[in-house]
Amino acid sequence: MQIFAKMAAGYGLVGAFILVAVTTFIGYKLAEVIGQKRMGSAFAILLALIIAYIGGTIANKQLDAGIISSASKGITDVVYAVGSGDEMKKYAIFGGIGILGGGMMRDFAIISTAWGVDPKNLVKAGLAGILSLLIGTVLSFIIGVLVGLAFGYTDPAELATIGGGVETFVVGPVTGAAFNVKSEVVALSIAAGVVKSVGAMIIAPLIAKKIKLDSPSAAMIFGGLIGSTSGTAGALAAVDEKLVPYGAMVATFYTGIGCLLTPTVFMAALRLFIH
Amino acid sequence: MGIYGLGIIAACMFAGCFLGNLLGAALGLGSDVGGVGFAMVIFILIQVYLQKSGKTLDKKTEGGIQFVSAMYIPVVVAMSMNQDVYSALASGLVPLVAGLLAVVIPLALIPVLKKLAKD
Repeated sequence: MQIFAKMAAGYGLVGAFILVAVTTFIGYKLAEVIGQKRMGSAFAILLALIIAYIGGTIANKQLDAGIISSASKGITDVVYAVGSGDEMKKYAIFGGIGILGGGMMRDFAIISTAWGVDPKNLVKAGLAGILSLLIGTVLSFIIGVLVGLAFGYTDPAELATIGGGVETFVVGPVTGAAFNVKSEVVALSIAAGVVKSVGAMIIAPLIAKKIKLDSPSAAMIFGGLIGSTSGTAGALAAVDEKLVPYGAMVATFYTGIGCLLTPTVFMAALRLFIH
Repeated sequence: MGIYGLGIIAACMFAGCFLGNLLGAALGLGSDVGGVGFAMVIFILIQVYLQKSGKTLDKKTEGGIQFVSAMYIPVVVAMSMNQDVYSALASGLVPLVAGLLAVVIPLALIPVLKKLAKD
């Protein structure tokens, strides 16, 4: 087993190809079995999220045992450990998933989807896209603040941090850092951003027809409203791969706008209501 | 050659993200703002230029671009395995309620906002 673990850690990226290929295969087979061939990517992504959950459960146990020093990346953090104390050998057998599914490859693949995009479609929904960016950030912030209030948070800086986290899991910590908010609240805000991101991946394909998420314009609006790069990329992959470039192009501005407006304009607006 | 296709996308990514970082620095954020979007715009402009001048990419170069495109779903599947689903579910009700509402309510707005697009 140790020999295998050493090899898997050494060939990380290639190992990731195997795991992703098998997961995708099972996802598409499941979709075929229930007669929803179109939902193959959605099932593959759902399976991957379940793997991330299981991985996270194991990683958090390893974190508590002091084997690893952080557990925030799903299955990637899980190591195969042998021995104990100073003699312990750790093998990052799923490290390749962190490369293949990391920000670099994600952005590289997103940009490639712009091949064959018709610029006319972008211009058509340009205004709607920009507007949806603003609505998306404001709405997410308000939802975060209201839910925070409902659960007993009253400090404006903490509420703004939760609101920022609901925008995306980057905006929450940025806002929290700006006002020295305590780390539990920052952790909460990151979790809210992840829930939104993962929620979008699962919910959007289920209701895509109902909300008419079926055209480049709709995808641009979707990207502006959801905003998280991972959430938009995952959700549109599951709905219709052709829509990916349109959504991603708008979503890429969301976190920046959120980081810009939340600690400043949104916070000032919030202080008008809560002192 | 296939690698040319990968190189074109990579060059677009570097140019776009450099612009994004410049914008981020100008806004005082010190991070990338819209880099991927700029990269996509540059990539699309290259295609528009090719079309207007009547040139086409070499089949193998195009194959390189399509190869990266085809890697999109696998990359997203791997990205999903990277998500911190455990903490998201284990951090109590506030993130769950707020995060889910922030998906459902905006999604309900899509049909309304769609009327603004000139389809």
